[in-house]
Amino acid sequence: MASDARKALFEPLFSNNPIALQILGVCSALAVTSQLSVALIMCLALTSVTAFSNLSISLIRNHVPSSIRIIVQMTIIASLVIVVDQILKAYAFDVSKKLAVFVGLIITNCIVMGRAEAYAMKNGPWNSFLDGIGNGLGYSIILIIVGAVRELFGSGSLLGYQILSPVSEGGWYTPNGLMLLAPSAFIIIGLTIWAIRSFYPEQVEKPDYEMQNAHNAPAHGAPGGH
Amino acid sequence: MDLVSLAVKSIFIENLALSFFLGMCTFLAVSKKIQTAIGLGFAVFVVLAITVPVNNLIYQNFLQEGALAWAGMPEVDLSFLGLISYIGVIAALVQILEMFLDRFVPALYNALGIFLPLITVNCAILGASLFMVERDYNFTESLVYGASSGVGWALAIVALAGIREKLKYSDVPDGLQGLGITFITVGLMALGFLAFSGIQL
Repeated sequence: MASDARKALFEPLFSNNPIALQILGVCSALAVTSQLSVALIMCLALTSVTAFSNLSISLIRNHVPSSIRIIVQMTIIASLVIVVDQILKAYAFDVSKKLAVFVGLIITNCIVMGRAEAYAMKNGPWNSFLDGIGNGLGYSIILIIVGAVRELFGSGSLLGYQILSPVSEGGWYTPNGLMLLAPSAFIIIGLTIWAIRSFYPEQVEKPDYEMQNAHNAPAHGAPGGH
Repeated sequence: MDLVSLAVKSIFIENLALSFFLGMCTFLAVSKKIQTAIGLGFAVFVVLAITVPVNNLIYQNFLQEGALAWAGMPEVDLSFLGLISYIGVIAALVQILEMFLDRFVPALYNALGIFLPLITVNCAILGASLFMVERDYNFTESLVYGASSGVGWALAIVALAGIREKLKYSDVPDGLQGLGITFITVGLMALGFLAFSGIQL
């Protein structure tokens, strides 16, 4: 039992990361990462929505007819997101302005829906809650990596504190404006996935076509290919 | 002229997929073959062109501050209910569209297949509605915005599918195989689309 909970909490961090392996929740991961502080708030919002939606869906999982489960999940998630959105507007108005539509988009973030469907419908409330937190953290790790790289090289600061002093203020660092634009986010996530898969080779996807080395190709007449 | 400018802007400059990262999950998952990419792109276009204007009507007539004046309740501001009503409208419309196509245009229904129901949870659809609210579009603008963002999204996914069909013959490092190299490809495409920025009509 304890090991189940542990697995639910820690597995999504690296070995079954929602973004890098399950291809869930990529949209917002890219859009909110040009500043680390905004990315952190987004992580917090998403983790709490995932955890509580998993918890509540798991609590009612035996009472919901499976034909209408999607709409029930959707309603629960949408209500939770409205709560988060209103809290952000009340206590962190600046950040909520910067996040703009992306808080609302947590509703259609596939992590929330995906975990509700894949885990919370089959497991007890406590484990589902931990699974929600775990997947939220897995998402957060990628966001924090991408956000840190983009803010550090894009504007020379981290969380708003200057680390690399920019040329405009008499320093030596020329901020790389491209880091603040869309393309860099894609490329950084691509490279992060490369790094994770170098540590976990079992995550490497099989290529559709095997390359064959011309010099080591089987001799003529032997059955070629695989 | 404003409308043409808005259309060009939402197809190329503010492409939903490449500059706002919306609908990424399906964008990455369903872009292995050009054929399916065209089907999905078309479905997204249809759904966007319908849901954005409908959500615009709902926002202006029910949710906006003071919108309920016609019902004798001018002080009511229901805009916090926005999220749940938009997603409800989207889910309902997708369902209706599915039944309609099944009944009257079975060829198209079979072509779209599994993609139609999936579109409900595509963030591009909800995202476009939220942008429409945020930018205060009126009905005509939201019609143009919905349709042209759909075109932009379809364009991006078909282009990516084209690249990926060629890419499968190339020798990619192990760790980048599949998802990794796709991200980098999309990054380069986004870089290409940056060239459109600043175009004004």
